[in-house]
Amino acid sequence: MATRLNAPHALRPPTVPPTVQVRGLRRAFGDTVVLDDLDLDVAPGELVALLGRSGSGKSTLLRLLAGLDAPDAGTAEVDGVTSVAFQEPRLLPWRRVAQNVALGLRTGSRRERDERARQLLGEVGLTEKADVWPVTLSGGQAQRASLARALVSEPGLLLLDEPFSALDALTRIEMHDLLLRVWARHRASVLLVTHDVDEALLLADRVIVLDQGSVAHSLRLDLPRPRALHDPRLVAHRATLLDQLGVRTAHAAASPTTDTAQEAVS
Amino acid sequence: MSLTAPLARTRRPRRPGQPRRAWRRAISPLALLAVWQLASSTGVLPREKLDSPLNVLDSLVGLWTDGRLLDAIQVSVTRVLVGFALGAVVGVGLAVVAGLSRIGEDVVDAPMQMLRTLPHFGLLPLFILWFGIDEAPKYALIALGVAFPLYVNTFAGIRGVDPKYLDAARAFGLGWTERLRHVVLPGALPSTLVGLRLSLGVAWLTLIVAEQINTTAGIGYLVSDAAGFGRTGEVVAGLLIYSVLGLLTDALVRILERKALAWRLG
Repeated sequence: MATRLNAPHALRPPTVPPTVQVRGLRRAFGDTVVLDDLDLDVAPGELVALLGRSGSGKSTLLRLLAGLDAPDAGTAEVDGVTSVAFQEPRLLPWRRVAQNVALGLRTGSRRERDERARQLLGEVGLTEKADVWPVTLSGGQAQRASLARALVSEPGLLLLDEPFSALDALTRIEMHDLLLRVWARHRASVLLVTHDVDEALLLADRVIVLDQGSVAHSLRLDLPRPRALHDPRLVAHRATLLDQLGVRTAHAAASPTTDTAQEAVS
Repeated sequence: MSLTAPLARTRRPRRPGQPRRAWRRAISPLALLAVWQLASSTGVLPREKLDSPLNVLDSLVGLWTDGRLLDAIQVSVTRVLVGFALGAVVGVGLAVVAGLSRIGEDVVDAPMQMLRTLPHFGLLPLFILWFGIDEAPKYALIALGVAFPLYVNTFAGIRGVDPKYLDAARAFGLGWTERLRHVVLPGALPSTLVGLRLSLGVAWLTLIVAEQINTTAGIGYLVSDAAGFGRTGEVVAGLLIYSVLGLLTDALVRILERKALAWRLG
């Protein structure tokens, strides 16, 4: 099980072109420069967590990659379909759950899309909720449906905008498992925006810290999944990341170890 | 408390005091009817001013059996239907134009907001000059009255659609017409239905005014004709028909609301 959940990219030769290729990306709103000459690659099937304080440019980068915003300079190229799961699930309240999922699919007959939607709902454990209105779903169920909608088009890149931050702690743990499961099956590249250092450590192949619109730190985590937070290697990485994020606490006091690849960018 | 609570849970959840309350609420209207009948029978209320409730019932039966009532209802309902349809097309159409584009808003909304303040009954003399004295000015007046509540509410409904849903739809690659179909129009529907109910009220009110002048058919004609001969029973019977028709259309909209907005309650 643990090996199956490992990053698919680890098995591929390093010459495979990246799914996401961001070069010199710049976006400013008035005088505020939100993204400043940002470079970023995401390999096929790689799960990258994007950490950063509020205003570090995480959400702007996500909107640019989702095609909801245009950069002032630079390029953001994505290979394949891009889809998004948002912080609030954003299911259309006037469409039943299966119809919402089917909206993520732009090809095929109505019947094919419906079948595919139900199949995806099955994958996230919501088979029996296919025909209900979204208002009747719990927060966790709505987020599962949102994940199903994002995966139904078999995207090359899955953008997750703090998808678990509004969920209770127990539901979040279940969602982490679910995400790793569907990710292993669909093999999409994932860019997970999060505030939660532990979430990043548990899930990601690579953690990137954004600060003032560019990459401040990049940390590769070649650790098998499922991971335990008390794993000494994670404890060390945690201290590094918190330090990078400018958090000074007793947690961050532990000195970072150097036994895993770890490079500071910019 | 724990002993009585399960007993109170009947199949139809209804507070135990409710049936008695319904009867209590019926007492005063029935008492008023009784007083009215008594005043008429004793001659306190002269017949040429206001006929007795029983005679009103008698007039109603008489109008029904000689066929005049059905003819009048047909004429009046046709006026409301035609006028309403014209007004609805114009009101909703303009709201969609103004709601979906800034240019549309600038061109459409300003004159609509100006015209809205005009009391539409005041235009009746002009409409008679423009459209003559047949059905056309009645249609026009009803259409004018109907257009504004539908315009205002539909416009507000379209503008009130949460942009997050539109963003999500764009992120999933929905084109303009699909966003209109899946997001904008269903999102605006609750507000449009409020406008529908308001506008139907206006439609009936406008009919009553429009039918007072230059008519040779319809409920209004029936009423003014009866009034001319002092048949106050028929006058009241005509008014009753107006309110029943108004209640009927309101009930229809309620049913429509329950079906179309089922997603709000799940």
